[in-house]
Amino acid sequence: MKYIYALTLLLISSAAVASEAVVQERLGQYRTQGAGDFDAARGQALWQQEHMQVKLGKQVNCASCHSANLQQAGKHMRTGKRIEPMAPSVNPDRLNDAEKIEKWFTRNCKWTWGRECTAQEKGDILTFLQSK
Amino acid sequence: MKQKKYWGILLLSGCLTLSMATLAWTEDGEGEGHERHERGFLHQAADIGPITNKAYKTECSACHFAYPAGFLPERSWVKIMNNLDDHFGENAELNDKTRLVITDYLRTHAADRLPNRFSRSMLRSVDAGATPLRISETPYFRHKHREIPARMVTGNPKVGSFSNCLSCHSGADKGSFDEHGVTIPGFRQWED
Repeated sequence: MKYIYALTLLLISSAAVASEAVVQERLGQYRTQGAGDFDAARGQALWQQEHMQVKLGKQVNCASCHSANLQQAGKHMRTGKRIEPMAPSVNPDRLNDAEKIEKWFTRNCKWTWGRECTAQEKGDILTFLQSK
Repeated sequence: MKQKKYWGILLLSGCLTLSMATLAWTEDGEGEGHERHERGFLHQAADIGPITNKAYKTECSACHFAYPAGFLPERSWVKIMNNLDDHFGENAELNDKTRLVITDYLRTHAADRLPNRFSRSMLRSVDAGATPLRISETPYFRHKHREIPARMVTGNPKVGSFSNCLSCHSGADKGSFDEHGVTIPGFRQWED
């Protein structure tokens, strides 16, 4: 029994380490692109900031699809598709793949905000997500 | 005498086989102008077949059912893949490397490249000058689903849209769209 606990603990901690290493690498990269210090509170404000989505004719923010509670699954506002929780603490598949992070930043910044996010904004948002 | 009987049976069974093969061929076209292709019907695969490209499967099914490439002509896939920044209202941009891998797969497995009966019928139904972007808007698709009332699909919360193939075609992810594998959620087994 003890063995199972130890294994579970190991799995959980290695997942957390995986996202931590990838996030740190991303933050380092953003700094080389001119970003300063990163702040989870600023990231949260960006996450909630509303923008006009022209094709939908509606105000949207990140939570429109990802849910306001990052530890819960979200739902795509148009297609209804389930979106797994963003918080690495409950979803070990999050933030552990740099390419995937950048792919979704490109898509979702453009769709939600109508432009690409800056290195500073991406770093703040990642810091906010990683803290959840 | 015995030998005569033998030849008679052989001839009869030969005729039966031929007529059944012809029946199988005509069943599909349903009077939309048959066009016998140089390869002949014996070489046609029965199913459209599963997706064989990992990048296509991973990237596209992250958001929706990964539609078989053989359901649209090559020109349609090229147009779709060139407009990923506005993918039916969504931004689905990919990095250049992945985009090229997927485009190449879709082009080489498009309806105009495959000998299966679904692709053939699909292709025949599309105007040469048209570049359909939605499989569900092709004449072949509409014809095949003409008897399905809206309440079973768009009005059915368990289905929602004709684009959710897998909701009713239980073998869709394996490339099987045969009507015998169709079950509409909330309704009894669909029979044509």
